[in-house]
Amino acid sequence: MLNNEALLTQLEGLFSSNILSAEINFDLLTVEVPTSKIHDIIAQLQKDENLSFGFLTLIGAVHYPDSTDREFAVVYHLDSWKNKVRLRLKVFLPLSNPSVDSITDLFPCANWMERESYDFFGVIFNNHPDLRRILNEDSMDYFPLRKEYALEDGTREDKDDRFFGRV
Amino acid sequence: MNMNKEKEALYNSPSEFYNSKETIDGDIATINLGPTHPATHGIFQNILKVDGEKIISSEQTVGYIHRAFEKLAERRPYNQITPITDRLNYCSSPINNLGWHMTMEKLIQAEIPKRVDYMRVIIMELARIADHLICDSVIGVDTGALTSFFYPFQEREKIYELYEEICGARLTTNIGRIGGFERDFTPVFHTKLKSFLKTFPKAFNEWDSMLARNRIFMDRTRGTGPISPERALAYGLTGPNLRAAGVDYDVRVMHPYSSYEDFDFIIPVGVNGDTYDRWMVRQEEIRQSVRIIEQAYGNLPEGSYKADVPEFYLPDKADVYNNMEALIYHFKIVMGEMEVPAGEVYHSVEGGNGELGYYLISDGGRTPYRLQFRRPCFIYYQAYPEMITGQTISDAVITLSSMNVIAGELDA
Repeated sequence: MLNNEALLTQLEGLFSSNILSAEINFDLLTVEVPTSKIHDIIAQLQKDENLSFGFLTLIGAVHYPDSTDREFAVVYHLDSWKNKVRLRLKVFLPLSNPSVDSITDLFPCANWMERESYDFFGVIFNNHPDLRRILNEDSMDYFPLRKEYALEDGTREDKDDRFFGRV
Repeated sequence: MNMNKEKEALYNSPSEFYNSKETIDGDIATINLGPTHPATHGIFQNILKVDGEKIISSEQTVGYIHRAFEKLAERRPYNQITPITDRLNYCSSPINNLGWHMTMEKLIQAEIPKRVDYMRVIIMELARIADHLICDSVIGVDTGALTSFFYPFQEREKIYELYEEICGARLTTNIGRIGGFERDFTPVFHTKLKSFLKTFPKAFNEWDSMLARNRIFMDRTRGTGPISPERALAYGLTGPNLRAAGVDYDVRVMHPYSSYEDFDFIIPVGVNGDTYDRWMVRQEEIRQSVRIIEQAYGNLPEGSYKADVPEFYLPDKADVYNNMEALIYHFKIVMGEMEVPAGEVYHSVEGGNGELGYYLISDGGRTPYRLQFRRPCFIYYQAYPEMITGQTISDAVITLSSMNVIAGELDA
């Protein structure tokens, strides 16, 4: 068993300069790391005998249209069964070049999760074996989960978006 | 001359003959397994390259019933997201509903009474039984035993009646509320649950004995669609599929929620990770679920069936009509004007087919900023081509049904 504080201390020992920020958010340690280092960090976390983050729980992307050069976040949830602790890693990508290294070689199950992030957000995963759309149709030319795509049909006049959630 | 030798080998030992041959006459056919075929139990397309009966490679297409749940969730107030979760794994929708409520409770840091936890455990384990009954009986159908499909439906019907008694719905249940339940267990529920606990084990064992040591069933399912523990982990398998491969990961034990740490149960594991092991693991899980329900029901704590979170929990209808504050809260909740703290939450529950997770980002607005579902079968369905390569087409069918892949959950 490792608690989040002890885990953070260990991570700081391993990747001192690569931890850009860290916070504990509802029992889960969130660590932001540099985009270029994410593959190496996950590889090391997976191999490290003490930490042994051997299970990839989830990969997802988030769109923050208002933060310049940090428009996209790619969020990795890793699970260490040995220590019964989860870890959330985050990288931020700019809209001009939304690309990050794929971790398919470390976790084969990352394949579809990365394809899904590409499909809905347009995040490019370098070295991905088969980066195609997965749930949407192939001919689609936009990325539907980006915030600029309205949830309602834009031509409707009877519904004012301000009264139904986020604009 | 060569032809004659081959014929001789074929007649002497057909199975050896087919296994030794790389290709039969070098003819490779491409066939579609799915998307709409009764044998796929959902909308899945697999383009198989087959050599005779043997599968050489398979290419998957998913997304036929994609309904943009994650986009929809960004518009809906928090309590309106529950019906979306119903439509993920619709064989065990109460688990999805309650998992979502628990995620919200984590975000608003509500203190949940012990009674609610225990009531949830009872309902979630009933849902797990219903889920496993469907999956295991369908494996029976695909191996040619139709009786095994009809038989457990009587028991499943009883579980659905129990759902009805709690929330009024059967399949897409929308069960419970953020903070608890709409009402306590009714007297009818108590009667029905007691009679279910009394009669179910006997009926279940009778059905189990139909297949468990059945020679035909065993021959058909053993060694079919196997996966090693290493590959299972690499492909992110969770739930009974992972446990059948011999890895004892269960969210209920690893990251306990809803007071699961109070109960005594075992996690069954398999050895070979094949269809038979998956079937056996589910059967044992049903028995363990009954044990958990008995413990939870036997020790059902006194107390309230709801938490004290008036900003999120819809007030009683009688109060809404007669009480000003209740009317205000009712209006606020229905219009989605709840004050939600900003933050990021990941919560997961052990769903019918694996780790069902909710990654919720709230920016303090009335709807989630982003909600991502960790749909277990979306992740583990990737392993399917590897599991069926080298197997026959009919094996591919039972492997698919034994993996408990639910189209609604896969495509979100």
